Amino acid sequence: MADDRLPAATLNSARWLQRAAGALTWPLNPSDYLGALFADTAGGNAVVERIGHPTPDAVTLTLRVPRGFPRHRAGQFVRLGVDIDGVRHSRCYSIASAPERDDGCIEITAKAIAGGRVSAHLNELLRVGARLQIDAPAGDFVLPEWLPERLLFITAGSGITPVMGMLRSLDARGTVPEVTLVHAAPDAASMIYGDELAAFAARHPQVTLHRVYTRAQGRFDVSQLDAVCEGWAGCETWACGPDALLQQLEDHWQQAGIGARLHTERFRPRVPQAGDATAARVQFLRSARVVDGRGDQPVLDLAELNGLSPAHGCRMGICHGCTATLKSGCVRDLRNGKTFDEEGDLVQICVCAPIGDVEIDL
Amino acid sequence: MSHTHYLTDAQADAFGRELDAIRDEIKASLGESDAAYIRRMIRIQRGLDIGGRALLFAGVLPPAWLAGTAMLSIAKILENMEVGHNVMHAQWDWMKDPKIHSTTWEWDTACPSDQWKHSHNYMHHTYTNVVGMDRDVGYGILRMSPQQPWRPWNLGQPVYNALLAGLFQYGVALHDVEFERVLEGKKTWRDAWARLKAIGRKTGRQTLKDYVLFPLLAGPFFLYVFSGNLVANFVRNLWAYTIIFCGHFPSGSHTFSAASVENESRGRWYLRQLLGSCNIKGGKVFHILSGNLSHQIEHHLFPDLPSNRYAEIAPRVQALCEQYGLPYNTGSLARQFGTTTWRVLRLSLPGGQSLEPQLA
Repeated sequence: MADDRLPAATLNSARWLQRAAGALTWPLNPSDYLGALFADTAGGNAVVERIGHPTPDAVTLTLRVPRGFPRHRAGQFVRLGVDIDGVRHSRCYSIASAPERDDGCIEITAKAIAGGRVSAHLNELLRVGARLQIDAPAGDFVLPEWLPERLLFITAGSGITPVMGMLRSLDARGTVPEVTLVHAAPDAASMIYGDELAAFAARHPQVTLHRVYTRAQGRFDVSQLDAVCEGWAGCETWACGPDALLQQLEDHWQQAGIGARLHTERFRPRVPQAGDATAARVQFLRSARVVDGRGDQPVLDLAELNGLSPAHGCRMGICHGCTATLKSGCVRDLRNGKTFDEEGDLVQICVCAPIGDVEIDL
Repeated sequence: MSHTHYLTDAQADAFGRELDAIRDEIKASLGESDAAYIRRMIRIQRGLDIGGRALLFAGVLPPAWLAGTAMLSIAKILENMEVGHNVMHAQWDWMKDPKIHSTTWEWDTACPSDQWKHSHNYMHHTYTNVVGMDRDVGYGILRMSPQQPWRPWNLGQPVYNALLAGLFQYGVALHDVEFERVLEGKKTWRDAWARLKAIGRKTGRQTLKDYVLFPLLAGPFFLYVFSGNLVANFVRNLWAYTIIFCGHFPSGSHTFSAASVENESRGRWYLRQLLGSCNIKGGKVFHILSGNLSHQIEHHLFPDLPSNRYAEIAPRVQALCEQYGLPYNTGSLARQFGTTTWRVLRLSLPGGQSLEPQLA
């Protein structure tokens, strides 16, 4: 964050120095040696500064990001790498803090998911001072450069987090337009950012806040749209929450012929259960090919049957010459049944078969 | 020699299943202490590297030069063997740390990592000790098996061997160019040239670092730093050569014909890895400095299991060998290196069939 404020001459000589130092430490980077000398930075590049529990099953982390970390756009997410039992697990979390925040920290909020290894770790085991690996912000669920006159936000559960980043950003810039926000949670006690949203709405008369407590009121659905936001079709709308809600909203906006005015952000889709010879579909992203196959066919065989020729070696899982990056979906190692389902998993395609829909970076 | 001698098909399958079970068990037990091990090893290695290079700047004082050179030598040995070789074998990929990953690692030696991963992880580890397929059998310049026909130029073998030991990193670098296959017309010059260019770039950067930049940084002490780096690279070459040649060529090690590996089952693949590999006995520090290639048998059975686990696997593999009546080739460094060197000398002359292991 500091780098874009330095004069060009300083930047140039800094770059020159960096190159000279790089030639001395080749094939490593100078920072690799600094890590060995001073701090044990193995766990990652971000440090947990503060841990809060806004609700019993959610955790809010304040993370100190490394110097020079790119500034995010309000609504974007980061991929967090968390080491558990020696294995780095990656998950995406929306940034709930505003890009205008200038203390070198960002904030994320994670809800504990039943059986979720990473969210459980963040909720229960993480301590202040721990290190996490953080990648550059990404995502196009963001506010446009030129703000529309009326905004509608529909969120549920931790779906509020990217919208929180947007609202805080609007607040920090002092340009809060006419906003309607519908935010759903089981009850008041489990509503993330409920109090802050109420305070925000109280400060800005042009903001209308509808807090929906589903345990008492039932789920929010499109039939209530007119009641909460008259003229919703004229609003630019952002929605984030469970898949069922988003699907319903998307259908509704499509039917109204204004699909382009609705922006949605989804959490990770569920992975289908493994079955042996069940039909599967593999998308080879780099070669832009979609291939139908079965759950007992190695991805490498599938690729070759369809005219692709990915790099490989032993075809028996020893040499790792065929390793490719899993972009989405799930594959199964045919040798032991182990499944891989995280974006960024490196899988041996000569022994891994697809389960359901899979995207591979090949 | 064929590896059908020792076990029936059913026995080989059972043997394979037992080894698979060991592999799965170790894989399932990997955790935080293993991750801490490799990270600690990397920190120690980098600390020794920095310390050694710093001391060499004071190399005008003989004790500083000696200590600096020794530290840098050990750093380079660890970097190549316990860290680099094993990381590039994907032993630590399970951690999913992109900084300690086979797909991203580059090591401090003349050989580009992608070429090495092909010639070593694929060619050598898949076709271990198969004459004509595993190019580590003699690196294309030495006659290491009596199955290889004798040619008059094999008479110079003791000299080539000494050169290979001293210049080992460059020998390894040129390995994947496969000159002899280019000459035989099995590989194009264009392909060879592309590999040579990559090797040239890598060697250039290595040379710039060790023999130009660091010495220049020392100003008037240029020669002390230059000579310290030269010796460290030389020591690392000799050590790597010694350990690696002891892995497959000591007396009792088997070589195989290409025909014997056709349609090879997983159990027979394990058996061939066992029969073609040799361990070296030693203490904990020796094992680490050898990159745990002193557990060559375990490494060849499980090339992608983390090296810090080979020591605990070894007695289990040895017991399994006893149970199945299989040889388990292990011995002191003197025994293994002595018989390896004897093999090099003996096979420079025609014949040498007596070097083939006697079947029980």
